[in-house]
Amino acid sequence: MSALAAEMAARALQLGIPLSAQLDLTYRCNERCVHCYLDHRDHGEMATAEILDLLDQMAAAGVFYLTLSGGEILMRKDFFEILEHARALTFCIKLKTNGVLIRAPQAGRIRALGVESVQISIYSHRPETHDAITKMPGSLRQSIRAARLLRERGVRVIFASVLMRQNARDYSGVKALAAELGAQFILDPTITPMMDGDRSILELNVDEEALREVFRNEGLVGNAEEFCAPPQGPDADALDCLPCSAGHTACYVSPYGDVYPCVQFPLPSGNVRCTKFAEIWRHSPQLNDVRSITLRDMPSCSLCAHGGTCTRCPGLAYLEGNMRGPSSQDCEKSFARTGIASENLLAKKAAPQLRPPSQLIQIQSLPQAVNSE
Amino acid sequence: MKNARYVARSAAIASRALGEETMVMSAASSTLFTLDEIATLLWQSADGVTPLDEIVRDKICARFDISPDVALRDAEDFVEQLAAHGILLISDQPIASPVLASGEPR
Repeated sequence: MSALAAEMAARALQLGIPLSAQLDLTYRCNERCVHCYLDHRDHGEMATAEILDLLDQMAAAGVFYLTLSGGEILMRKDFFEILEHARALTFCIKLKTNGVLIRAPQAGRIRALGVESVQISIYSHRPETHDAITKMPGSLRQSIRAARLLRERGVRVIFASVLMRQNARDYSGVKALAAELGAQFILDPTITPMMDGDRSILELNVDEEALREVFRNEGLVGNAEEFCAPPQGPDADALDCLPCSAGHTACYVSPYGDVYPCVQFPLPSGNVRCTKFAEIWRHSPQLNDVRSITLRDMPSCSLCAHGGTCTRCPGLAYLEGNMRGPSSQDCEKSFARTGIASENLLAKKAAPQLRPPSQLIQIQSLPQAVNSE
Repeated sequence: MKNARYVARSAAIASRALGEETMVMSAASSTLFTLDEIATLLWQSADGVTPLDEIVRDKICARFDISPDVALRDAEDFVEQLAAHGILLISDQPIASPVLASGEPR
């Protein structure tokens, strides 16, 4: 984030403005990715008029960065009507798509509408791996075709890859492919639990060794020594810091109108079919609860050496049972990065019986302990 | 007498008011700009049909304690800068509803 963008985010926080939002237009999808956290059946998506009205409300509330995602956004026949309306409202728009349905006419319209960037999911540079992950034969070829068409028209393209066992050694190939096409590349090492709390897909997470290799790849993290430096522990300022932008300057709206702090933080906070977006944003007890949390309020994380530098996701912590608790996935990442176990991992190792599954919501044991080698 | 100049917001931008300021992002370069209160007033008034000197006189000088000559000179510099980034259009004729620029590949 640039200094100016950070300054604007700080101003938005001060003013209580939802500067960024993700709106999933549909959960339907033409791919069936093995790691996907969504239920692809349509349980009553918002109609075109509802979405256009929501966009009006979001613009009035101050949303500037708007991500349109899914599911596959182009599965909606009214996608371009929605996009045109959103651009007329001068949102800064990022599209997330698999690109399979993007041909020359669609690429031309996306270009003409001044979309800021298009993020395309590419899991491997090898068709046999990518197509096995998406469970759609030919999908890599079609996604790359979309990227080429968009790049030829000057659209900024980002290849987004999710690290999992199936593609653990392929990210360099995807990065090289992105460079060849003039696209950017981002790698997400996090598999997200299903939105209903099912954690079985976490078995797809790479092992600690593969994670450690990623965190020491300077092509991905910059200065690896600095990135993997031992944590210093949270200072007083860090203890009063907000965990992340979710619910503070960012939010997520599902295809059914449900509002959450973030796409990865499925805490139901209201529904725009019953309540105005701004009303939910300002007065939802759930969002206000999220806003009240600082690192100081987190019993385990406030004592943890990683407290000031951890990538702890409050949504993953929520999915683990307690939004004021640790996110074990992030604890594992901190451990792979620095070799130093978090308070949470130490506690689990010392007394795993302290958190019996029967007391937790949506909890199952992680498939393997990161420090069990 | 100087010819009238008309200014219009480019359609190839993203923008949003943030308090009394305005965030503007160029679609061509993804460069982010912020406009202060006076610049925001000018930006909001850049409808393509109101001459720049009229915007300065009726919107800016009416609200802020600034001489019309200085304000117009500053406004001309400002619109030139924004035009150089492709986020504002300038013409000596009224500008019809701006269209998204085709632009060069980024």
